[in-house]
Amino acid sequence: MSKSKFTTIGRKILMALSGFFLMFFLLQHLTINMLSVISPDTFNEVSQFMGTNPVVQFALQPVLIFAVFFHFIMGIVLELQNRRARTVKYAYNKPSANSNWMSRNMIYSGLVVLAFLGLHFYDFWVHEITEKYIDGDMTGLIDPNNPNSGYRYYDELSEKFIDPIRVIIYIISFVLLALHLLHGFQSSFQSVGVSKGKNFIKKFGNAFAIVVPAGFIFIAIFHFLQH
Amino acid sequence: MNLTLKIWRQKDAKSPGKMVTYPISNIEGHMSFLEMMDILNDELIEKGEEPVAFDHDCREGICGMCSMYINGEAHGPDRKVTTCQLHMRMFKDGETIHIEPFRANSFPVLKDLMVDRSAFDRIQQAGGYISVNTSGNTQDANSLPIPKADADLAMDAATCIGCGACVATCKNSSAMLFVSAKVSQYALLPQGQVEANDRVLNMVNQMDIEGFGNCTNTGACEVECPKGISLDNIARMNRELMKAKV
Ligand code: HEM
Ligand code: SF4
Ligand code: FES
Repeated sequence: MSKSKFTTIGRKILMALSGFFLMFFLLQHLTINMLSVISPDTFNEVSQFMGTNPVVQFALQPVLIFAVFFHFIMGIVLELQNRRARTVKYAYNKPSANSNWMSRNMIYSGLVVLAFLGLHFYDFWVHEITEKYIDGDMTGLIDPNNPNSGYRYYDELSEKFIDPIRVIIYIISFVLLALHLLHGFQSSFQSVGVSKGKNFIKKFGNAFAIVVPAGFIFIAIFHFLQH
Repeated sequence: MNLTLKIWRQKDAKSPGKMVTYPISNIEGHMSFLEMMDILNDELIEKGEEPVAFDHDCREGICGMCSMYINGEAHGPDRKVTTCQLHMRMFKDGETIHIEPFRANSFPVLKDLMVDRSAFDRIQQAGGYISVNTSGNTQDANSLPIPKADADLAMDAATCIGCGACVATCKNSSAMLFVSAKVSQYALLPQGQVEANDRVLNMVNQMDIEGFGNCTNTGACEVECPKGISLDNIARMNRELMKAKV
């Protein structure tokens, strides 16, 4: 009988499940952000809904935070374990003969995304939490005392992209996210034991890995050019 | 062909090792890599030096004893061959060839290019078998119909010779390809069902105890495996494990 509760494979499956959740979240996030390009008003409405809906705030948001922390902590733990499994390195190695760069450098693409998440939390999330739960302003209005001032979300998004440095950081991070997903998408299916249709999964995954980050990059550049 | 060999020399399991350079000449393209090593060793013995220790047995690609990490790849640059089947025509005149043992902490180096792969034996002993009655009343083989597709996949998995190239290649030193082949060869057949859950749990558990790393699906093992064992076996093992856990 098995002695350990979580086998290497068990941890791997959990890694894939958190990856699935994060990819699903990315898609949802992209969809809403796209509204900021199409219609600022709709974007404001949806943002107010997401920001005040109790299911989103107190069910989905904690799950998301848990998934993010779980994913990067487990990713780092697995990486450290894997390094310990070979302490004497090859004097001469040729990994490019049998695997691609993306698959070998998940930890580095992941760490760049993590650094980005730090900036992103600082940019949006800390501000949101302060505004809503510390200052207690749930109205989402530019001027909470003036119901006609309109929602603040579009303006807050737009002004983040005035600084070209920030735009460049966003672009680099999303390129690294694309590299992460070029391996990660198909890898998570393999981890949970799906190998039927793997050619399709690979093709679809490559498209997902490029289209989704490219969408975020497009939005950043779009708002930068608006200023 | 004249070649320069850079070979890992290590006196015993405890001593530190280092790469040592040996020039070698008059090597023919039709020779196998191990024949080339034999020639080198003859020369070393004549000079009164210690020959290079390396693992080998059948020299026809079926026993899984030969190993060696050649120019940065397990079993060298050719595909779907073991080191004993690797021909010298894969190399160019004047080339430098780097030769190292398979490296993983779970495969400790014993001497030079020889490594201890008994971790694989212990994984196999943990569940890589079926219990059958062989006391004279063995069942007729055809009394259990098996779909051809399943039989073929089981046979493909069973061609794994336990060489360890997958571990040596993997950046994480993961043994998943080997273990998944050994799990799959039974999981696909009716005879393997009785012990299916215990098998996968015990073999994976032993794999973890031996200290192999975690699979990150780079696919390097599948490319370097001399028997072409497919990553699909790893997906199957993951399914078997989930089935056994719930
Ligand atoms: C939105 C952000 C992210 C998404 C969508 C994402 C997605 C994924 C996916 C789908 C996988 C494949 C899982 C598998 O092979 O089973 C993966 C693996 C990995 N991720 Fe992320 N990830 C994100 C952020 C991060 C961060 C911040 C880190 C920080 C270190 C990270 C580190 C890793 C590592 C090391 C792996 C490989 C581990 C393995 O394959 O076992 N990821 N990621
Ligand atoms: S799976 Fe392939 S590389 Fe690994 S031990 Fe079996 S035959 Fe060797
Ligand atoms: S010596 Fe037996 S497989 Fe190479």
